[in-house]
Amino acid sequence: MGGYGFYVWSSYGLALLVLLLNLYLPLRRRKTVRRLLHEFLRLKRSLQPGSE
Amino acid sequence: MQYLHKYASPKFFYVFAGKLTPWLAALTVLLLAAGLYLGLFIAPADYQQGESYRIMFIHVPAAWMSMFIYACMAGAGAIALVWNVKLFEMFAANCAPVGASFTFLALATGSLWGKPMWGAWWAWDARLTSELILFFLYIGYMSLEASIDDPRRAARAAAIVALVGVVNIPVIHFSVEWWNTLHQPASVSKMGTPSIHPSMLAPLLLMAVGFTVYFFTVALMRMRNEILERERHTTWVAQLLENES
Repeated sequence: MGGYGFYVWSSYGLALLVLLLNLYLPLRRRKTVRRLLHEFLRLKRSLQPGSE
Repeated sequence: MQYLHKYASPKFFYVFAGKLTPWLAALTVLLLAAGLYLGLFIAPADYQQGESYRIMFIHVPAAWMSMFIYACMAGAGAIALVWNVKLFEMFAANCAPVGASFTFLALATGSLWGKPMWGAWWAWDARLTSELILFFLYIGYMSLEASIDDPRRAARAAAIVALVGVVNIPVIHFSVEWWNTLHQPASVSKMGTPSIHPSMLAPLLLMAVGFTVYFFTVALMRMRNEILERERHTTWVAQLLENES
């Protein structure tokens, strides 16, 4: 990179980091939301009068 | 209006976005791979800046995204304010973190480009300062949004902040013309011929379109999560989860 390697690769590295982080966060959130929702629905069903 | 409400119904949108995201993700990978290949292997070194100019292929699209996402956020916020469409509220709120991270990327890569070319990591130049203000606008928007418990009230308050902050967008864009800045003026102008060689313009545009498609991919993923959360009391969410388990 003609002596500019550090600056160029740091820029591309940061870009990769930003792209991966913005992908990882919603994927992790999706897992959490689904787990919480399953629990929420199970609770709701068990509290409903007439169910068992 | 009735179409807006049909396609903006959370249930319809959840399913539709779920079908769309894999295609958008694939398109992102293709565009970015093509852009990186042309930018790193095909485009020649610059006659003045040597290899360092390759930072441009990240820096310029990131800076464009920082403004584009802000405009989307303020536009969606305005629509949500006027027509009270929940989906636009969610879109606006989910723009903010992605936009803030692109703003960070534009500032950081600008710094990494400024050091070897200008001899300084930072300068209080009009372009740099207005972009930093944009970063703080995103942070302010997110803090305000997060500080109000009721999501509908939070969205309304945040939308007003976003709309006020819109004045900063033309300031960023025209800063290199209005003030005598250290930052170079635009090379890719919308009117007239761009003063940049096609071999460098092609990867630049591919990266920019790639970042744009990427933004919509992750924004849709975020919105789907939020729809499930907000609609947890509805029967369609219950049915959806039951069918899965």
